[in-house]
Amino acid sequence: MDWDWDFVRQILPTLIQGVKITILATLLGSVLAAIVGLGIALARRSPSKAVSRSVGWAAEFVRGTPLLVQLYFIFYVLPDVGILLPPLVAGVIGLGLHYGTYTAEVYRAGIDNVPRGQWEAAKACNLSAMQTWSHIIIPQAIPPMIPALANYFIAMFKETPLLSAITVLELMNQAKSVANTYYRYLEPITLVGAFFLAISLCSVVLLRWLERRYGKIER
Amino acid sequence: MTQWSGYFGLILQGALVTIELTLMGSVLALIMAFLAGMGRLSRFFLLRALATAYIEFFRGTSIFVQLFFAYFVLPLLGLELTPLQAGVLALGLNVGAYAAEVVRGAVQSIGREQHEACIALNLGRWQGLRTVILPQAFLVMLPTFGNNAIELLKATSVVSLISLADLTFQAQVVRAQTGNTMVPFTTILILYFILALLISWGVRLLERHLARGLDGVRV
Repeated sequence: MDWDWDFVRQILPTLIQGVKITILATLLGSVLAAIVGLGIALARRSPSKAVSRSVGWAAEFVRGTPLLVQLYFIFYVLPDVGILLPPLVAGVIGLGLHYGTYTAEVYRAGIDNVPRGQWEAAKACNLSAMQTWSHIIIPQAIPPMIPALANYFIAMFKETPLLSAITVLELMNQAKSVANTYYRYLEPITLVGAFFLAISLCSVVLLRWLERRYGKIER
Repeated sequence: MTQWSGYFGLILQGALVTIELTLMGSVLALIMAFLAGMGRLSRFFLLRALATAYIEFFRGTSIFVQLFFAYFVLPLLGLELTPLQAGVLALGLNVGAYAAEVVRGAVQSIGREQHEACIALNLGRWQGLRTVILPQAFLVMLPTFGNNAIELLKATSVVSLISLADLTFQAQVVRAQTGNTMVPFTTILILYFILALLISWGVRLLERHLARGLDGVRV
């Protein structure tokens, strides 16, 4: 079977439609994962044993089970209890929750990395717990963890094809539908692979830059 | 009243396929990890370039796309694969690329003095690697290998999309036959989690076994 450039030109607009959805899902998923991760990391440091234990176990469970099954769960099981979500929303929630449990570990390490003296200084300045977190700890904890967070967002980007299983019309699904229409698999699937490789290679460059810019921990 | 016992048998069959895939994929991943990881440390430029290309390609594109490529595109290029073969191939090569970086990092983390000691004892490159460096490096690799194996287990759920009857596929079958979504999906989520726990438990056991007698040696 030969590579056909005319066919490539013909299907490219459809694939670009899919690229847009893929990028949208990644961006929304990243934002959600960043928020969920922070929530989990803070909850695990909660003084209440019940809260920190149960959140810890829940995170462990989400991390130990496949994203695909979680997506099925959100998309097919939740309607049984009356929560009907559009595919893209279900997909973003799935990505955000799954990767939130990973980013939680990044946040945990970042927070642990803030020197004790900062906590003591905050206490000495009579800051409340809320003020300590928002003015002292979080601003110092975030920059060193940016590269690690970006790493997970790139990983999430590569998981977005799973959304095609719950009927989101992202890149993979568009490629499958053109492949099924014309019964040519070589070009669409190869293009999807090439697209992911191109974005990943670009993001590696971005990651290296982030590491240089933020990766060093100043003491 | 649905006859759950029969359906549960179906899901257990799926669990066997998932376990089989995980084991076979892990073996391939382990082989690829050592080949590519050592390749990146090779003296020869060609081997280094080859290993780097393999690692960047498989880490850069999505596992999902790789699986579809193996199953739908390779036959067009003359390589006919069964779903199981395609699954093992894609999973093993993908996770192997991640694990290769672990191998490289672990070997590089072994201190200079160990290499010097090898030279002092007049060991050849291969002898030194096999008897001094790798036994120590393997212990460093193990925990991350455990995480990689869990990633592989979770990635096996994707093979259900190329019609391989694993846990996720069987859950879909049960769902289609009974119309009940909650029970099959909750069951497989728990089964995946138990399998993940088994892996991390097994790796911890192996680690304790291999670390025996090294207490005074490791810093």
